[in-house]
Amino acid sequence: MNRFLARSIQAGVVACGLIGLGALPATAAKDSITLAMPLEPPHLDPTAGAAAAIDEVVYANIFEGLTRIDSAGAVQPALAESWEVSDDGLTYTFALRSGVRFHDGTAFDSGDVKFSLDRAMAEDSTNAQKGLFESIASVETPDAETVVVTLKQPAGNLLFNLGWGDAVIVAPESVANNKTNPVGTGPFAFERWVKGDRVEMVRNGNYWGTPARLARATIKIIPDPAAATAAMLAGDIDAYANFPAPEALAQFEADPRFKVVIGSTEGETILAINNARGPLSDLRVRQALAHAVDRQAVIDGAMFGYGTPIGTHFAPHHPAYVDLTGSYPYDPDKAKALLAEAGYGDGLSLSLKLPPPSYARRGGEIIAAQLAAVGVATEISQVEWAQWLEQVFKGTDYDLTIVSHTEPMDIGIYGRETYYFNYQDADFKALMAKLNTTVEEGARYGLLAEAQEKLAADSVNVFLFQLAKHGVWNKDIVGLWENSPVQANDLTAVSWQ
Amino acid sequence: MALFLVQRLTALVITLLVASLLVFLVMEVLPGDPAAIILGVNARADTLAALRAEMGLDRPAAERYLVWLGGLVTGDLGRSYTYGVPVWELVGERIGLTLPLALMAIVLSTALAIPLGVLAAARRNKPADVGVMGFTQLGIAIPNFWFAMLLILLFAVHWQVLPAGGFAGWDAGFWPALKTLILPAVALALPQAAILARVTRSSVLETLGEDFVRTARAKGLSRRAALWRHAVRNALIPVVTIMGLQFSFLLAGTIIIENVFYLPGLGRLIFQAIAQRDLIVVKDLVILLAASVVVVNFVVDLLYAVLDPRLRGGQHVV
Amino acid sequence: MSSETQTSALREYWQRGRGQANLMIGLAVTLTLVAVALVSLVWTPYTVSAIDIPGKLQPPSADHWLGTDQFGRDVLSRIMAGAVNSIAVSLVAVGIGAGIGVPLGALAAARRGLVEEVVMRFNDFTFAFPALLSAVMITALFGPGAINAIIAIGIFNIPVFARLTRAAALSLWKRDFVLAARVAGRGRTRITIDHILPNIASLLIVQMTIQFALAILAEAGLSYLGLGTQPPNPSWGKMLNEAQTLMFIAPQLAVFPGLAIMVTVLGLNLLGDGLRDLLDPRLRRLR
Repeated sequence: MNRFLARSIQAGVVACGLIGLGALPATAAKDSITLAMPLEPPHLDPTAGAAAAIDEVVYANIFEGLTRIDSAGAVQPALAESWEVSDDGLTYTFALRSGVRFHDGTAFDSGDVKFSLDRAMAEDSTNAQKGLFESIASVETPDAETVVVTLKQPAGNLLFNLGWGDAVIVAPESVANNKTNPVGTGPFAFERWVKGDRVEMVRNGNYWGTPARLARATIKIIPDPAAATAAMLAGDIDAYANFPAPEALAQFEADPRFKVVIGSTEGETILAINNARGPLSDLRVRQALAHAVDRQAVIDGAMFGYGTPIGTHFAPHHPAYVDLTGSYPYDPDKAKALLAEAGYGDGLSLSLKLPPPSYARRGGEIIAAQLAAVGVATEISQVEWAQWLEQVFKGTDYDLTIVSHTEPMDIGIYGRETYYFNYQDADFKALMAKLNTTVEEGARYGLLAEAQEKLAADSVNVFLFQLAKHGVWNKDIVGLWENSPVQANDLTAVSWQ
Repeated sequence: MALFLVQRLTALVITLLVASLLVFLVMEVLPGDPAAIILGVNARADTLAALRAEMGLDRPAAERYLVWLGGLVTGDLGRSYTYGVPVWELVGERIGLTLPLALMAIVLSTALAIPLGVLAAARRNKPADVGVMGFTQLGIAIPNFWFAMLLILLFAVHWQVLPAGGFAGWDAGFWPALKTLILPAVALALPQAAILARVTRSSVLETLGEDFVRTARAKGLSRRAALWRHAVRNALIPVVTIMGLQFSFLLAGTIIIENVFYLPGLGRLIFQAIAQRDLIVVKDLVILLAASVVVVNFVVDLLYAVLDPRLRGGQHVV
Repeated sequence: MSSETQTSALREYWQRGRGQANLMIGLAVTLTLVAVALVSLVWTPYTVSAIDIPGKLQPPSADHWLGTDQFGRDVLSRIMAGAVNSIAVSLVAVGIGAGIGVPLGALAAARRGLVEEVVMRFNDFTFAFPALLSAVMITALFGPGAINAIIAIGIFNIPVFARLTRAAALSLWKRDFVLAARVAGRGRTRITIDHILPNIASLLIVQMTIQFALAILAEAGLSYLGLGTQPPNPSWGKMLNEAQTLMFIAPQLAVFPGLAIMVTVLGLNLLGDGLRDLLDPRLRRLR
């Protein structure tokens, strides 16, 4: 059946190739793109929800903030043309771009900025990342093109924070309908949303910056890997920014019509451990778990080889990354010895809660088998996100779970007073406090390295791998992001060759 | 007849009331906070509280139940937590897929089942009958989601003539939209057709043995004419009943089939709404589904009473 | 009944049943299924949950007759072990349904009046919800797992048995031998146990076979949706779920577990039909 299938796919490819040749002049003039993604956004207002799918549609396309994060993860000016920081680090003065208009024609000025930031910080704010604005004391508007942000204490990451999708600038006139009819200042204007199927955008003719090269863009929702594969092969979609099934990538790699681009994401995938639970509070047990897990087998089995092993909670592509993957090499005998030493030579029984993504479901089964090999029995339960949030995240009623922490630079979660790892370490907290007030880059990197080593030494969690971004797109498309420094599909610079 | 109507209507209303209370209570104790799902892991406690207040979740349960019930009666289903739009709007969008899909499946299964059932009855114990019965045994035994997967394997993966999943939307044109519904409709229809064909066959066989058909034959009516004019017509009563019962199976079937084909219909909506704790949508949809099943059964009962005058005395049917 | 007449009755059934193709095929399939399940408890070609990542997604071969899955586990071994799971879940679920439904139905028929009304309304009520939907909610409430799948499927078997028992019992209550017993002053419970239930036993056995088949389908559906049996325990429905994203590269994974479900359900349905023909000769006319 397999060979049969391969042959029929080959035939299909040849046929498509022929059609492609015939249509060559048409593709040269192509100025629209159909990009697919797996999950549909619940709505299109990035300031009112945590769903990554919202940002993946609207960020940098429809909505813009004062700053933006580029494809390399660096902060760039956006609606703020430039800014000055006072010497004490407490006052940021932003010079706004002039002549900017929202898609509905209303003018953009400092009032919109104040409105947007005040709204996000307000008492009844429903902004999912309200914490981003925590350091802000007040927002003032000396004139229409200047915004002064005053801080309670210095915050080294304010400019980065203002580049998040949750910090985009909205207009008071249109904010009420942004969930269904988003109105921003970006290079693309929202046209329509066919629920369950696609979102359509058109080029914003009045854009303040370099206009988009595409006249229109359609973002199609295809959750089913089989349907996505078929749609790619049939040419119904031009690109899939992050293909949901790594197992299907080999097929695209072998096909000259497509480019497969494996990029990086900010997702540290970990086997999280409840550090407060009985045996798991014992360092030796946590180390034993780390020795018992064969990361490469997990990557091969769950992600079909795509993913970079990590040894601590830090993204390998970051300049401050320290490679600690050698701290606990795969060694079942060592794991057994450590368990015996800790008094669990006769075995141990733990719960393993797995949220829906395939890295967790598949990875969980592999890890369960690996743990069983060293005498740790696991009881797997597959949970929905709702249950995961309630039981694991909020209630910390779990022993082990697998999850990918997809926010950029989130090592600070280990220093929080309450977090579901239940890792309480005064030294680490002191380290984080010092980091928050340190501005000089070299010193920051030094502290970050120290923090990474500390997490590995304490074996807080079993650090598995950095989630890869599996991009598949037509070979003639240029300008799509290869990596995901933030959750976005920035189409500003995309064009056909 | 009037008494019969009143009795059945009262029962219908009570059933729905109890159902609404039950659904509400289940949603109350369902673990998982809708606000936490929407705001994710970095949400702060005050933000969560603000969102809960915005969604009206901070009100006492009894008040929320009455408000919801009042809304149902006046036709106001409330606003989806997840999507932020009125539930009617969501239902309207999704029903544009589920209803045509269910109708296609009913038409397909009826068109397939009744001729097959009559054929089998007419050729009782002949090869045609054995063949049809064998086919129906297979149809009943095959899980519809697996049948759906086989259809995808053949038509989408192997021959690549039909899409493997997704819905093009009616605004993409009639044919492209229909094309995406063919496989799901076939997957839904087959098991129903198998059951319906069996019911048709035994029902026709039963009427063929009854006096009036024998009389008709004795009066010189041809076998074929007797079969179609008398036996089949009378045999349709139980067939209609089964079709009514199948309606609820069909609704359940769409839940699983829409998930196999990733179709944005009511079935998938309810499944997603449960996962995302969009409780208001779940409550509304469950009540709407229950109501539609109860009403369809009611109509079938009425139809039954009309088709079979003997039953009009107010007896409990089914 | 003396044991002698019992044996002769059985012998007579056997004589009659031997000639029925559906009964014999159904019996053979069902017995094979039970045998496979029993064997898998002590022996399978490979360890059921043994993971072998480098050997994943192999097509069928001499080593692995049905190939290997996405973790390199032997598909044949998992299908064998899946039979245990299917049988266990369905057996308990139908047991719950019959265990509660039959007494309820018998009670409704014996007491009539308000009791009957309440029981029958409850029945209508459960029918108003698509069973799958309620199962989805039950698992959302208590978390997924084999036990909750059993409860969900079991609950929806209750009205089936209650309805059937009531209808059959009602017609028996009008029969002469029951009336005679009543005139003789026997209590309703006594009569139900002595006269009613034995006379509807064959009907119930047939229905249980059919419900058993339906329960296997339901368990597969729930596991397919990820709400039933939890890994690493193998379940046919779960195997199909896992196969779906692999359909382009390993289509065989989507075929064998489905075949297992189909053959099992087919066998049980044939057995049920055959038993009905055998035990209830009045209906033979219609087949």
